[in-house]
Amino acid sequence: MGQDNGTSQTDKLIFWRDPRLYQIVSLSTLLLYGRFWLHFDVSIWQIVITVGTALLAQYAGTRLYTLPSFDLRSPLISALSLCLLLRTNDLAIAALAAFIAIGSKFVIRWNNKHIFNPTNLALVVILSSGLGWISPGQWGQFAWFGFLIACLGSVVITRAARADVTLAFLTFYVSLLFVRAFWVCDPLTIPLHQIESGALLVFSFFMISDPKTTPDSRAGRIIYALLVAVTVLYIQFWLFKPNGPLWGLIVCSPLVPLLDRLFPGARYDWAKPTSGHTLTSLPFSFSLQPQRRLS
Amino acid sequence: MKYVIGPAVTFLLCLLLWSSDASAFCGFYVGKADTKLFNKASEVVIARHDNKTVITMANDFQGDVKEFAMVVPVPTVLEKDQIHVGDAAVLKHLADYSAPRLVEYFDPNPCQILHPESQAMDMMAKAAEAPARKEREKALGVIVEAQYTVGEYDILILSAKESHGLETWLSENGYKIPLGASMVLRSYLKQNMKFFVAKVNLIEQSKLGFTHLRPLQIALESPKFMLPIRLGTVNANGAQELFIYMLTKHGRVETTNYRTIRLPEAQELPLYVKDKFGDFYRDLFTQQVKREGQRGVFLEYAWDMNWCDPCAANPLSTEELRSLGVFWRDSPSIQQRRGLMPQAQNVFLTRLHVRYDAAHFPEDLMFQETSDRNNFQARYILRHAWAGTDDCPAAITYRQQLRERYEREAHTLANLTGWNIGEIRNAMNLASLPGGDNMKWYQRLLTN
Repeated sequence: MGQDNGTSQTDKLIFWRDPRLYQIVSLSTLLLYGRFWLHFDVSIWQIVITVGTALLAQYAGTRLYTLPSFDLRSPLISALSLCLLLRTNDLAIAALAAFIAIGSKFVIRWNNKHIFNPTNLALVVILSSGLGWISPGQWGQFAWFGFLIACLGSVVITRAARADVTLAFLTFYVSLLFVRAFWVCDPLTIPLHQIESGALLVFSFFMISDPKTTPDSRAGRIIYALLVAVTVLYIQFWLFKPNGPLWGLIVCSPLVPLLDRLFPGARYDWAKPTSGHTLTSLPFSFSLQPQRRLS
Repeated sequence: MKYVIGPAVTFLLCLLLWSSDASAFCGFYVGKADTKLFNKASEVVIARHDNKTVITMANDFQGDVKEFAMVVPVPTVLEKDQIHVGDAAVLKHLADYSAPRLVEYFDPNPCQILHPESQAMDMMAKAAEAPARKEREKALGVIVEAQYTVGEYDILILSAKESHGLETWLSENGYKIPLGASMVLRSYLKQNMKFFVAKVNLIEQSKLGFTHLRPLQIALESPKFMLPIRLGTVNANGAQELFIYMLTKHGRVETTNYRTIRLPEAQELPLYVKDKFGDFYRDLFTQQVKREGQRGVFLEYAWDMNWCDPCAANPLSTEELRSLGVFWRDSPSIQQRRGLMPQAQNVFLTRLHVRYDAAHFPEDLMFQETSDRNNFQARYILRHAWAGTDDCPAAITYRQQLRERYEREAHTLANLTGWNIGEIRNAMNLASLPGGDNMKWYQRLLTN
């Protein structure tokens, strides 16, 4: 009985320490603000359909691959990110995007780890097929700054084990933007304006940071962040394509298995957040069974 | 497992069968807001598909044509046949076709409210731009890549080693370059941009016999989907007004580095606005610019070039669209062979309106074409009350609700334009309407 109490308390602790919970809250708040104040072109129905399809797909995948538990946090984050970024006139496309996102986690795998960030892959498929679009300029200063604070706050609160990749990417990307501005003699207002994109924040804090699709070791992640930042800038300023971060990440994602091979580290588990330095887990993880997680 | 996959597949299939409904408007078109309402307004038409772009540029230059000079950064050196002179009349037609518009409706007799047609109308209403000289050029590091005379314009394509030389060259050759332009020129030069420079050739102009300046048109191929506005912001004469008409194949165009905002539309306004729609629209736009912190790009019109409803002007003809650079359309004979309707046009028009200055628009406008083909128009409604004398209960209720409706219209107008609510009520003569005694004390106070 006593052990049961201890187990349930441990479960509660794990639940509240999960960074995804804070991510869900900040994404939902931003979505509400965007929908009702900034008039994002996303209908209530699109939100319902996207979230519904993502959860359904996760449930179907859990059953199909006989996973021990149905976890709704990861698909919820993917669905909310899709709602924030994807614009389409057809609800079926919204459903398709959610289906691709969650489905890809189960199908496109390498060495028991999914290769592409689910939201990233779905957005790239929809964008390249011309079925939808992303409106990166729709945020405005206020929402951007508020969201930045919320994102940084969640990193601090949850002490997210793999925030290093986010911070490394932002450091490389912003520094290179300033270097470019300095090189072309642009005033500082230009790089400052260029980073004022909500899509960049969603990308940095919710896509590239996905511990399931980033290299396992810290060294690997820092190199990965640099590679992504350089690719993003190449796409943005040499190919002149919008949504550089999305394309940059999708191009660099297949390099993760190689980086994992060069710089091995501990595989991430949501229940045992580690930076990949050591193979030891948190003290309360004794109650968890070793399991294959696809969330 | 099949219990899960079955419903999931059915659910997805149902979603795929969903399609969005096209909405239509009805009502009688009564007026439009002209681009001439705004001072210092430039108009640019950009026809673009697959990196191929045709840009038509026009501005409301009012002074002596000798003083006219235009400097536009371009990504490549342009050949002579890439430069044309456009037809101002076509641009005017495009502006009229896409202008914000006023429509009016007439309330039906409430005693016969069950008339299905009126109900349908009501529901639809609701749904609703010499050697010595060469020596000098060399000394300044300026290279004249090409030099052409096109129509009434003398055109130069310049590249330069550094911005000060270019600035000096432009000044020495009679181009008024505002203070502070050097930094902007340097930035464009670093980005390997060339400069398209145009002046009026007075001899050619008198030969051609035009009294006004016709729009200049350039055709280029570049992945950059942008409009350089930074040189315009260097101008110290306050904010600049710019209308951008995008002609694309797939759908609406929006800015990727600034907020693109739809203007408020389908609002019911007091009837007296009919005589001052121009003032109304100018003030509405100023108010919206303020509300967005002077940082927004506003969508005024987004429509398939095939049709309009209500039409402020007829859609542009195939020839007119071609003259604006629409190169991807099939010729009428090909369309007929394919069994398409002769008027079927795969051209989508997006009209954007931006008021910009250096403080709020530090970067050039960057665009993207979306797959959004939803129609949008800045449309405002006048609703005439039914003036019949029937005495059925529905007519009595209708008359009682009129005052409330007028009050609502007054508030809408005040909110949209920032006009004084008391003055609006006076102009509407609300106090003299039956039911005026029911006004709240503060409403009466503010009216006076």
